[in-house]
Amino acid sequence: MLIKGGNANSMVTQVLKDVYALKKPYGVLYKKKNITRPFEDQTSLEFFSKKSDCSLFMFGSHNKKRPNNLVIGRMYDYHVLDMIELGIEKFVSLKDIKNSKCPEGTKPMLIFAGDDFDVTEDYRRLKSLLIDFFRGPTVANIRLAGLEYVLHFTALNGKIYFRSYKLLLKKSGCRTPRIELEEMGPSLDLVLRRTHLASDDLYKLSMKMPKALKPKKKKNVSQDTFGTTYGRIHMQKQDLSKLQTRKMKGLKKRPAERITEDQEKKSKRIKKN
Amino acid sequence: MSLGGAMEGQSVEELLAKAERDEAEKLQRITVHKELELEFDLGNLLASDRNPPTGLRRAGATPEAELQALARDNTQLLINQLWQLPTERVEEALVARLPEPTTRLPREKPVPRPRPLTRWQQFARLKGIRPKKKTNLVWDEVSGQWRRRWGYQRARDDTKEWLIEVPGGADPLEDQFAKRIQAKKERVAKNELNRLRNLARAHKMQVPSSAGMHPTGHQSKEELGRAMQVAKVSTASVGRFQERLPKEKNPRGSGKKRKFQPLFGDFAAEKKSQLELLRVMNSKKPQLDVTRATNKQMREEDQEEAAKRRKMSQKSKRKGGRQGPGGKRKGAPPSQGGKRNRALGGRMNSGPPPLGSKRKGGQHQGGKRRR
Repeated sequence: MLIKGGNANSMVTQVLKDVYALKKPYGVLYKKKNITRPFEDQTSLEFFSKKSDCSLFMFGSHNKKRPNNLVIGRMYDYHVLDMIELGIEKFVSLKDIKNSKCPEGTKPMLIFAGDDFDVTEDYRRLKSLLIDFFRGPTVANIRLAGLEYVLHFTALNGKIYFRSYKLLLKKSGCRTPRIELEEMGPSLDLVLRRTHLASDDLYKLSMKMPKALKPKKKKNVSQDTFGTTYGRIHMQKQDLSKLQTRKMKGLKKRPAERITEDQEKKSKRIKKN
Repeated sequence: MSLGGAMEGQSVEELLAKAERDEAEKLQRITVHKELELEFDLGNLLASDRNPPTGLRRAGATPEAELQALARDNTQLLINQLWQLPTERVEEALVARLPEPTTRLPREKPVPRPRPLTRWQQFARLKGIRPKKKTNLVWDEVSGQWRRRWGYQRARDDTKEWLIEVPGGADPLEDQFAKRIQAKKERVAKNELNRLRNLARAHKMQVPSSAGMHPTGHQSKEELGRAMQVAKVSTASVGRFQERLPKEKNPRGSGKKRKFQPLFGDFAAEKKSQLELLRVMNSKKPQLDVTRATNKQMREEDQEEAAKRRKMSQKSKRKGGRQGPGGKRKGAPPSQGGKRNRALGGRMNSGPPPLGSKRKGGQHQGGKRRR
């Protein structure tokens, strides 16, 4: 859900509208202004999320101390889990770039560049939050020709560059096409401001997976350190005398020999008796 | 001949070399060189590039072109990975099967707690009854083919019989077909009742009992009265807009029943509660039940709002929409549609004199919602 704060200016409103366009039909944009401060009071945000059943939100506002502010956050069980405040330094809107856009509802590709995204906990949470926010619904199959746009996040010098490009597939010699990009969508230069991250145990609680979703371990299959897969077969007890082995034709018993063997066996039995 | 052979050998090598070069050229269009491999999560169509962005650092103020080049490279790698997935053709479109997403993201709602076992499941567990695996199809003698066990065109369909023998002890004038249909309805109703009971047990709710609600011919006045009351309340608005007969009185005794402790009960518990009472009365600090306090405050504020709104609409109706009573409005209208911040010691605006004398200085963040 996309909410405007009490003093949202035109830039912030346009940002919210663009993100809503990207995220149709899974988003809801509230038209009226709401005088709340997410970092001080989370109850109204929680109320909104309960009413609209949305757990991802974006809140835009503008004041002298924090110009062009955007708070992006997510909820767990209708309580705020993480909130990160970003400042917008530069913004180019969808309608400023004049070219054709992709249809709404397409699943975007997400790319994160820059090693900053793994260094601090803040950045890691931000990455997880952006993935959660911008990935579409989870699907099992995807039409290869329908991969239309890509969102690219780069972390550099404390700034985060958010660009969206439309994909053009060109012929290359082989099956995989060559990619050309065309800038399509909103582009934002963001700066990380305040954060409100969930405590570790709340985060752990929210990450808990029910037993059904945990990946099932296959029995009797193991892998060693070199990557070789070993399997185990359990056999019943075998009678080794009745085993089928390779037959050497040259060693086959000739009829004369067999007769002499029988006679020997008979004589042995008589002796025993 | 040998000359031809040598030439042939040479041309084969040449051909091979040329083929290799062609391959390399082709692949060149789609290969990208990176120092560190990207990490892919194809279930989410995600790629993470860990390489430090040195090219960008040099670019300075307007890194647009470099950003686009970097994006192009990364996207090319991601597309290469995606094109290697197993594909199938679905209605003239090439579709790739995506693997499960590997990035772990927090859930939206908590894990559902395990339901309590139903009565049958408890019984089966006790007795050690395991579900028997039954075949889907059964041989039907009448039609001479394999039919399903239940459902459309089932094997032994009771409803399609045209002849039912009257059993020995039954009334010869009874309609056996109607009896069969009735028995089926009763079984379905019983099943439904058991299902609802299981649900109620799972959610720890009470099933509304339908003890006296079946119309027999002979019900007493009280039973009828009770049935009528229940019927009145079982509407979508819980009986708020049901009309009453001209002189019909309010039903008596329809509130909650109060429970009283017996006069001579648990002496230890009684002693404890009396001592607790004395302690509370002696203590200097006031005790505050946060939930009740906030609920009361909320209700008062809601009533105030409603009264104001009514007054506004009345005045505007009477004076034809004059802007006169604008001054009466509160300064900052509270945040839209939401339950306001109930933090004690937070920004508590003017409001009525707070709840008598009891107030604890801002320790709690607003009490729980009305439960």
